[in-house]
Amino acid sequence: MQNVNPINFEKIKEEPKVNYLTNGFTVKSWLLTKDHKRIAILYLITVSAFFALGGTYASLIRLELLTPASDLLQSGTYNRVFTQHGIIMVFFFLIPSIPAILGNFLIPIMIGAKDLAFPKINLLSWYFYIIGGSLTLYALLQGGVDTGWTFYTPYSTTFSNSYVMAVGLGIFINGFSSILTGLNFIVTIHTMRAPGMTWFRMPLFVWAHYATSLVMLLGTPVIAITVLLLALERLARIGIFDPAIGGDPILFQHLFWFYSHPAVYIMILPGMGVISELISNFSRKKIFGYEFIAFSSIAIAVFGFLVWGHHMFVSGQSVYAGLVFSFLTMVVSVPSAIKVFNWSATLYKGQISYDTPMLYALFFIGLFLIGGLTGLFLGSIGLTVHLTDTYFIVAHFHYVMVGGQVLAYLGGLHYWWPKITGKMYSEFWSKIAAIIIFVGFNLTFFPQFILGYMGMPRRYASYPPEFQVLNIFSTAGASILAIGLIIPLIYLTYSIFFGEKASANPWLLPGLEWRTSSPPPTENFEETPIVYWEAYDFTEESGLDLEDARNKYKVTV
Amino acid sequence: MQENSWVPLFPEQASTFAWQVDTLYFYMLAVSTVVGIGIVAAIIFFFIKYREKEKYATGAEIHGSIGLETTWSIIPFIFAMTVFVGGAYVFYNQTRPPVDTTEIYVVGKQWMWKFQHSSGQREINELHVPVGRNIKLTMTTEDVLHDVYIPAFRTKMDVIPGRYTTLWFNAIKPGKYHLFCAEYCGLNHSGMGGWIYVMEQRDFDNWLSGNVSGQTPVQAGQDLFQNKLGCASCHAGGASQRGAKLEGIYGKDIKLTNGQAVKADDEYIRNSILNPSGQIVEGFQPIMPTFKGQVTEEQLISLVAYIKSLSGSTSSSSTNSGSTMNSTSSGRETMNNGGTNSTNLVAPRADRGDSNSQGSNPNAPKTQSEPTNRER
Ligand code: HEM
Ligand SMILES: [Cu+2]
Repeated sequence: MQNVNPINFEKIKEEPKVNYLTNGFTVKSWLLTKDHKRIAILYLITVSAFFALGGTYASLIRLELLTPASDLLQSGTYNRVFTQHGIIMVFFFLIPSIPAILGNFLIPIMIGAKDLAFPKINLLSWYFYIIGGSLTLYALLQGGVDTGWTFYTPYSTTFSNSYVMAVGLGIFINGFSSILTGLNFIVTIHTMRAPGMTWFRMPLFVWAHYATSLVMLLGTPVIAITVLLLALERLARIGIFDPAIGGDPILFQHLFWFYSHPAVYIMILPGMGVISELISNFSRKKIFGYEFIAFSSIAIAVFGFLVWGHHMFVSGQSVYAGLVFSFLTMVVSVPSAIKVFNWSATLYKGQISYDTPMLYALFFIGLFLIGGLTGLFLGSIGLTVHLTDTYFIVAHFHYVMVGGQVLAYLGGLHYWWPKITGKMYSEFWSKIAAIIIFVGFNLTFFPQFILGYMGMPRRYASYPPEFQVLNIFSTAGASILAIGLIIPLIYLTYSIFFGEKASANPWLLPGLEWRTSSPPPTENFEETPIVYWEAYDFTEESGLDLEDARNKYKVTV
Repeated sequence: MQENSWVPLFPEQASTFAWQVDTLYFYMLAVSTVVGIGIVAAIIFFFIKYREKEKYATGAEIHGSIGLETTWSIIPFIFAMTVFVGGAYVFYNQTRPPVDTTEIYVVGKQWMWKFQHSSGQREINELHVPVGRNIKLTMTTEDVLHDVYIPAFRTKMDVIPGRYTTLWFNAIKPGKYHLFCAEYCGLNHSGMGGWIYVMEQRDFDNWLSGNVSGQTPVQAGQDLFQNKLGCASCHAGGASQRGAKLEGIYGKDIKLTNGQAVKADDEYIRNSILNPSGQIVEGFQPIMPTFKGQVTEEQLISLVAYIKSLSGSTSSSSTNSGSTMNSTSSGRETMNNGGTNSTNLVAPRADRGDSNSQGSNPNAPKTQSEPTNRER
């Protein structure tokens, strides 16, 4: 077997005449591309734009909360700002971030395929995203929405005077983008694996996306239906959720969280996949407990559908339902714990490099740990009666969504940047930025745990003065965080034009994506690879000749 | 009453179960800190100890260990179970009021809280309660979701249109505590709050007598029942009456024509008034008209209180009726206490004509509205 397809560094060092970036320069060649890598770039640009918009809203929120009174923003404006922050960040940044950008780019390459199973559907998914996003932007320009990202009824159906329907339609359409991406990934992973790429040879990044895709495919239709019902009530006054016309407001919450709890796993599983890659590859060692990490992703995806009621402990659901949901929440936290332990154990006796992606991975573990543990606090029903709807919740989900998913996204982006663009970024600035982000993040969100326990409710434009000191800390942290996020924008853009050229395998790793040129050719590989090594296999079996490589690249520490 | 009742980092423990919530919190905090520090320390240790000795060197070949996997699945699970059991225990105390409670009625509306004591006193955005008494709030709202949250008592409960929810507490410490609305409710959500005043019994009695009450809920309900709404024309009169007998039904199981039996609680009475054909009592015809849109939430509460009193299950009502209103120090609206018409601050939902019916944002320019959804 060994000699079937040894990794030939000579060969992949040579650049192909055209890579996916140089294969056509017209606007049309981008907007009508069927290449998963180009679609990933389209997503990268548009998702980043939404991230910038969401970040602007976040800055406004933090500035307003600098003082107890609602002075910078009147409460009507403030309500719109936090609603739009949530909607943009959740539906238009976090959900598509890792799957649609990194997943899109890497899944076919990682399993040795030429493209996703349905290239046209992949492009279509981007157009759904763009149409949904444009509609939402249109609504924001017209005057925005003020319902909170949760759209609770009957406020959203009967009382809100804002553009609920336009935004709802935007989210509805955008949902198809998720569904199609999920479908595409599932089919691709089932049918397009290269010879020898068995399920248990797949990188954990692919496993995580498989689990995510299941949730996208099964969960997203529920939010679509919920939005439709909301529209029926708002436009046709058919009583579904508003008790004044015979509806039940709690029904909405069940439907909403039946999607949105699994959706929070859409917002973390891909990040966990990235972290598994980073931890294993930058310790230059096979990941500890591969199967356990792979199956814990699936377990999270499946059990994630059973705990939606933990968002409704004080919503008037029955005491017994509350107890069952509390119990199941405890159960679903175990697979996350398993992952954290396995990642930590992977470091043991590794050869750990301190490259920027690895810094992000370490920060991720620390922050996700806090996010996950506080999730247990919130799953403990007697405690959450006090904590729900306070800043404790806000801190919890920012620890998992920003400390978790966003850091994983940044780590992944830095890790695969040489592959995606063919350029290296500044090592120095990237480390500085990572550290600034870590510090800024903690300063922003840690005080919010304390604020929450003290009883400060969320979604407040004004608050009692005794909460001010901690809010000032939080706003100060947010400014640091903002700086930390702007720096990568600068040096990554700079690297595209002036960066050093990246070699095919700058980190010298065994994964398939490192066995093709940077950037890869349109069809990903010159010839279809045959896989005879396990994932994260650093032994000679994988064809990695480290002696040889070290000589060729002339590296010493 | 102290102005600033906030201990740094933690709100005051002012209810019987507050210490239980805090104990659970400290337990979780302690375990989380130990576990967290342990893991982080291990990571940092590995990170330094196993820094690559040589570029592109390969780490040790370790693939996993069933023993370790089992250990670190079971230990977190056990911790999670202790947390679950602790939480369930505290929750039980938070949600199960003792039998002997003093009931206070709460109606939320954008963006104010209205309280009514069973002795008739009404308050807005303030609630005075005696220390050491079991207080049960029976709550509903006239418009959107709200949530009564009193951090010092470590409890909160959503207030839901179209039904009653309850929240109970027993305050252990006189003082002035924050009352917040914790469920987002539109424009002035953050302004929808106030204060809970916990008073020694003696001060509370003084306060009660200083705030001469209007009609008690039971009296107001009786007035509605007998005169205003004419319920009595069918539900009173002894053997000849056409409607079901209401004396003594509260808390009993009622048999319906469809064979089901339901417990006659507040919710049941409320539904019977608003949607009578939904639950016909065995042996009766579906002839009762609906009163939906004709009674306000506060009138409904009075009716419920009155019907409860027919079963002798309400706290004694105050007798000093007909006197002038009780003004509360921070009440934003003047309250009348007279007849059933003027008792109620707000007209029924169906004919509310004030700015509130325009939803959360009366300031919004007309062009910003989506008129299709506004039928009122
Ligand atoms: C160990 C895992 C986790 C547990 C046990 C957990 C538990 C909980 C619980 C019980 C709540 C509801 C709190 C309440 O409203 O009273 C909650 C809220 C939330 N969680 Fe988690 N969580 C976990 C991980 C995550 C992850 C990974 C994410 C997202 C990436 C996340 C995002 C959220 C969000 C967005 C909310 C608040 C939603 C809202 O009300 O707006 N959680 N979590
Ligand atoms: Cu959840």
